[in-house]
Amino acid sequence: MEKVTRLASEKGVVIFTKSSCCLCYAVNILFQELGVNPTIHEIDKDNEGRDMEKALTRLGCTAPVPAVFIGGKLVGSTNEVMSLHLSGSLIPLLKPYSATLS
Amino acid sequence: MGIYDPFHQVSMWSDSFKVDGSLNSVASPMLMVNTNMEESKPEFIPHESGDPSGDDQEITDKEVRKVNRRLAQNREAARKSRLRKKAYVQQLETSRLKLMQLELEIEKARKHGLYVGSALDDGYTGSPGTITSGLTVFEIEYGHWVEQQHRQNDELRNALHTHASDIELHLLVESNLNHYANLFQMKADMAKIDVFYLISGAWKASVERLFLWIGGSRPSHLLNIIVPQLEPLSDQQVASINNLRLSSQQAEDALSLGLEKLQQGLVHSIAVDPMLIGNYGFQMAAALDNIEALEGFVSQADHLRQQTLLHMSRILTTGQAARGLMIMGEYLQRLRTLSSLWSSRP
Repeated sequence: MEKVTRLASEKGVVIFTKSSCCLCYAVNILFQELGVNPTIHEIDKDNEGRDMEKALTRLGCTAPVPAVFIGGKLVGSTNEVMSLHLSGSLIPLLKPYSATLS
Repeated sequence: MGIYDPFHQVSMWSDSFKVDGSLNSVASPMLMVNTNMEESKPEFIPHESGDPSGDDQEITDKEVRKVNRRLAQNREAARKSRLRKKAYVQQLETSRLKLMQLELEIEKARKHGLYVGSALDDGYTGSPGTITSGLTVFEIEYGHWVEQQHRQNDELRNALHTHASDIELHLLVESNLNHYANLFQMKADMAKIDVFYLISGAWKASVERLFLWIGGSRPSHLLNIIVPQLEPLSDQQVASINNLRLSSQQAEDALSLGLEKLQQGLVHSIAVDPMLIGNYGFQMAAALDNIEALEGFVSQADHLRQQTLLHMSRILTTGQAARGLMIMGEYLQRLRTLSSLWSSRP
């Protein structure tokens, strides 16, 4: 749990993924498109991966990957990211962390 | 007079019982009973004729024996026939129960949207009792959905032509949006059963399939069709709609690329490597994991469609929303009509 919270509170956009997860890849592509370079943590390549997965679920992430954190706050999984983006609320959140947006 | 051999009779009975072994055990007691009963049955007993000669008596005895034997044979034949009938009726009963069970299973399968044909389908050529793949429950429900969509579209068009009140238009808009929500629910249920069927668009009209994107229409594509017909729009509305269209395009592109990665991953996991024999099971398992992710993509694509509908309904006024929905409905309907015209051309 501590590892997750520590990594999640890193500056900018943090995404917990699994190397085989293609929706994670799609979410990453979207952020890149918006001019953001997220920090990716592949939990299936991590020794504590299983605990991290449990921690993410406990934090409220339904999927549990991709788990997107912006500025230390949990945004959610693919569904939440897409909803935010279509409502126009994602870009304002990314402004501080994007070269192209700000 | 008229003596018949009980042992001969036993062997005749066992012949008829050979088919069903369970009857053999019943044979003996029945025989005992029947033997007693037979004694009350008529036998051929000739009355004495006037001829006292020994030859005549012999001939008559022979004839008597013949006739009585024939009577006995008839009785046995009748008994055999009754037993066969009993066995046949038991078979019918068992089959009937089995049929009832199968019908129940089919009903269950129908409810879950599995491929089940009906004996009442047109062009049914299968023999009774077989399950032919006909229309799926989903296809039937979707057919109803399309009919209902037609009706709602006509209502919208009428309301707009007759300058109905905003309240009435609002009700029609809400009803139409609910109708789309139903479709998304149907698709979500179907994705759990057969995601490939859904993503193939096989359930859609042929021309619709030309524009297929992850099991449906591309939201930005529909926006491009509808928005030009919605003028006049306020500057604020134009800006909001442009943002929505751009966001949708970016989301669609991301999903498309993610899907491509899924396909590449799938191909990679089943790659034939002559050096790695005995890896087959492991590769198949990895490939299955890949395929599982497909449902997520269809779900996200439908999510985009729903979100686009939702935001448009918020950006537009009631009148504009009614017009937008009517135009979209009309456009999709024309694709369907075009499909039928195409398939029925000489």
